[in-house]
Amino acid sequence: MTQTKGTLYKGREGMWSWVGHRITGVGIFFFLLVHVLDTSLVRVSPEAYDAVIGAYKNPIMIMGEIGLVGAIVFHAFNGLRIILVDFWSKGTRYHKQMLWAVMGLWVIVMIGFTARHVMLFLDGWGGF
Amino acid sequence: MTTTDSVALPTQGIEAPRSKRIDPKYLRRSSSSSSSFEMAGWVFMRVSGAALVVLIFVHLFVNLMVGEGIHGVDFGFVAGKWANPVWQFWDLTMLWLAMLHGGNGMRTIINDYAEKDSTRVWLKSILTLSVAVIIVLGTLVIFTFEPCMVDNTGQLLDSAPAFCQNV
Repeated sequence: MTQTKGTLYKGREGMWSWVGHRITGVGIFFFLLVHVLDTSLVRVSPEAYDAVIGAYKNPIMIMGEIGLVGAIVFHAFNGLRIILVDFWSKGTRYHKQMLWAVMGLWVIVMIGFTARHVMLFLDGWGGF
Repeated sequence: MTTTDSVALPTQGIEAPRSKRIDPKYLRRSSSSSSSFEMAGWVFMRVSGAALVVLIFVHLFVNLMVGEGIHGVDFGFVAGKWANPVWQFWDLTMLWLAMLHGGNGMRTIINDYAEKDSTRVWLKSILTLSVAVIIVLGTLVIFTFEPCMVDNTGQLLDSAPAFCQNV
């Protein structure tokens, strides 16, 4: 049997996935408050909604959107991993491998999302 | 090494788990309402989380990855989506599940880091109020949305989406 040095949890995959889940969760929560408020402007007037939603269509916000979607995709895949750890009989044995799967899927999805989002943005962008 | 060593093992290292040394306050109390609330919360986080993966991934794909992408999102786009009851129901479900899931997550974080009782009460009061306001506001917006707005004289607003001309 191999001896594990130090601790099983602190500083290892289990802890870092937990830290990542917390930070992305808090970020998504605060975006959600803002997002419901900006969408609510459809009840004020079309101009008010279009003016505020227009703020999402510049290069700095595009980077912010990629960051936001990155947080959502990590939180989503790692959340599914947590469900498997809890309910799949072999979940605790393979929790590390599942974290690498989460990271791999995250990279694939984010390459696809970023490429498509930037391409569509540049297509319709009128410049500064 | 004799067999009596294994009997004495707990005193040499850590005891085996569940060896009746757990403080009773950490044991599950089936009669306690707070433990059943936390159990319901634990189940809710997993059920709502799985649903939100589908709801939000489709939301992001439909709004950002097809057509003109982010440039296609404007008042007319929202009006077109909410003309369909399926998208109204989709966004309503997403709103409630996301706010309750996020609110419960924030509650957990407050419980973890706010050590003073008064700080916890304050933060959780602000959290509860914010979640309630956002859920009520969002729900009202979805159900009272009027795509073809008119001014005081009953004239259609210039900025109303094109399909309002045919109504």
